Amino acid sequence: MNKTWNNKAWFMVLPVFLLVAISAIIPLMTVVNYSVQDTFGNNEFFWNGTDWFVDTLTSERFHAALVRNLSFSLIILAIEIPLGIGISLTIPKKGWGVSVCLVLMALPLLIPWNVVGTIWQVFGRVDIGLLGHTLAALGLDYNYVQDPIDAWATVVAMDVWHWTSLVALLCYAGLSAIPDAYYQAAKIDGASRWAVFRYIQLPKMKRVLTIAVLLRFMDSFMIYTEPFVVTGGGPGNSTTFLSIDLVKMAIGQFDLGPAAAMSIIYFLIILLLSWIFYTVMTNSEGAN
Amino acid sequence: MARITLDHIAHSYKANPQKPTDYALREVHHVWNDGGAYALLGPSGCGKTTLLNIISGLLTPSKGRLLFGDKDVTRLPTEARNIAQVFQFPVIYDTMTVHDNLAFPLRNRGIPESEVERAVKETAEMIGLTAMLKKRAKGLTADEKQKISLGRGVVRSDVNAILFDEPLTVIDPHMKWMLRSQLKHLHKRVGHTMIYVTHDQTEALSFADKVVVMYEGEVVQIGTPADLFEKPKHTFVGYFIGSPGMNVLPAKVAGDKASVGEHEIALRAPYAELSGKTELGIRPEFVKLVHGNDGVPVKVSAVEDIGRYRIVRTRLGAHEVNAVLPEGTPVPAEPRAVFDTSRLNVYLDSHLVEARQ
Repeated sequence: MNKTWNNKAWFMVLPVFLLVAISAIIPLMTVVNYSVQDTFGNNEFFWNGTDWFVDTLTSERFHAALVRNLSFSLIILAIEIPLGIGISLTIPKKGWGVSVCLVLMALPLLIPWNVVGTIWQVFGRVDIGLLGHTLAALGLDYNYVQDPIDAWATVVAMDVWHWTSLVALLCYAGLSAIPDAYYQAAKIDGASRWAVFRYIQLPKMKRVLTIAVLLRFMDSFMIYTEPFVVTGGGPGNSTTFLSIDLVKMAIGQFDLGPAAAMSIIYFLIILLLSWIFYTVMTNSEGAN
Repeated sequence: MARITLDHIAHSYKANPQKPTDYALREVHHVWNDGGAYALLGPSGCGKTTLLNIISGLLTPSKGRLLFGDKDVTRLPTEARNIAQVFQFPVIYDTMTVHDNLAFPLRNRGIPESEVERAVKETAEMIGLTAMLKKRAKGLTADEKQKISLGRGVVRSDVNAILFDEPLTVIDPHMKWMLRSQLKHLHKRVGHTMIYVTHDQTEALSFADKVVVMYEGEVVQIGTPADLFEKPKHTFVGYFIGSPGMNVLPAKVAGDKASVGEHEIALRAPYAELSGKTELGIRPEFVKLVHGNDGVPVKVSAVEDIGRYRIVRTRLGAHEVNAVLPEGTPVPAEPRAVFDTSRLNVYLDSHLVEARQ
């Protein structure tokens, strides 16, 4: 078979290419540019090689923030995925309850991120916040401004409140796509509730779960706004995630070189981990 | 295994059915023998799926009782009825091997593993899946998946009935033929009561000992394939079964004579006086086209060559009459249609009426 190649077709992708170039590639290139140079102001730059990368990779400050990021992502995945699945299983399949549930669950997703942060910042305050005040009244020593564990608990709770419904909605979509015949067949085969979940619902949800895990991982690994508003990275550095640290470095300290190197490494870590998640989750499916 | 009794069963999806047309399934009263192969045949919306759902326990009938053997199961849920079902689209457990799929219904019932092993082996051999027992069920073809669904029913030796809901819908034509004949063999071998829902007459006639023909929510005839062919009890059965279907001609019946338009046709015996819509029914296979003075004059409008025979479409006045001509028989130049008197049926308001003896 002789295929006709028409190279003029490349012109068709030119507008998209330009758009992507302006919105992503060119800014990224500036970052690459900064990452290999040093400056002492005056808009004068000196070639610095890979020093910033070496510095970042060996810096304890970076390691600590990276560990915090990984722990945060693992904790919220461990909570949000099972919880989301659990919630999706309890949403009614038909009737007026469906739309009520879906609208209620979509609400947290519609709130701007800094507003979510503000809500929880006030909610958790011991003096006027409903949560903080109630916990204090119950005799618990809760104070997210001073106690790192309380700060973490607040940030995790906020993320769970904000994003679990996304996982639940995705799972619900997966569940609704299962034909009734499967449930009927399971009844006929005498399957228990657990067996129905394990052998029908979970395998059928696999695809949407892959998406949910990926989205939640990437998003939680890039988290910035909410903890910045609630804790500002404190107390101490206990909730200083990579993104918060990055902003401190770039805009607070104006260390453009190290910040650029760090953001490239940060980007590559997210890319690598997402790729690993994706291959692991889709490969186990392909092996079937 | 069990005899199935449909004791005056009727179902309506409306809360308060008044007229007969409110019923999706009009009253059925019949006993289906233990170990029989039954096909529910009819066009879409005729109530066959409603009836199947009543038997499987998905629906509770508005009226009547359903008995498996002597046990009233009308209000029992599906899982308590001990039935098996093969659905329109193959239902398999994706993450399990073929072996585990077949073992699933047994393991769920807490049957000892040695017994499970024996039953799975025997079933796999019966449905021809022995070679792929270790494979994941997910990668199989549609017909193999459908065999697994069937296997999950057959593997339980004590099922009351196996229900089939248009199981060959997604199967390739050449596999349909094979699966159908395998199913027939399987039925002989395991002897379960089988109920097969389809709108395809070939499937129904080749599978079933007894075909239940349904039309507009009503069971219009239950009979062997031969009964349906020779003595359709309803004009619908006549033209739904057979290819082409039975010729139905509006006629006036008086004694042992019928008249279609100005033409007179002899009947095999005198009939009582009939009031209502009367029709004659004759299968195209029993219509002969001859030259001469016998029969009634017809005009040929089309001839279709089907291979082993030809279908001649003719008109008798305003009515269409089809005839089946054996291979090699010529169509006469001025044809006259002769109806085989012994095969001529009379219908009153679409239902068969017998002659006075």
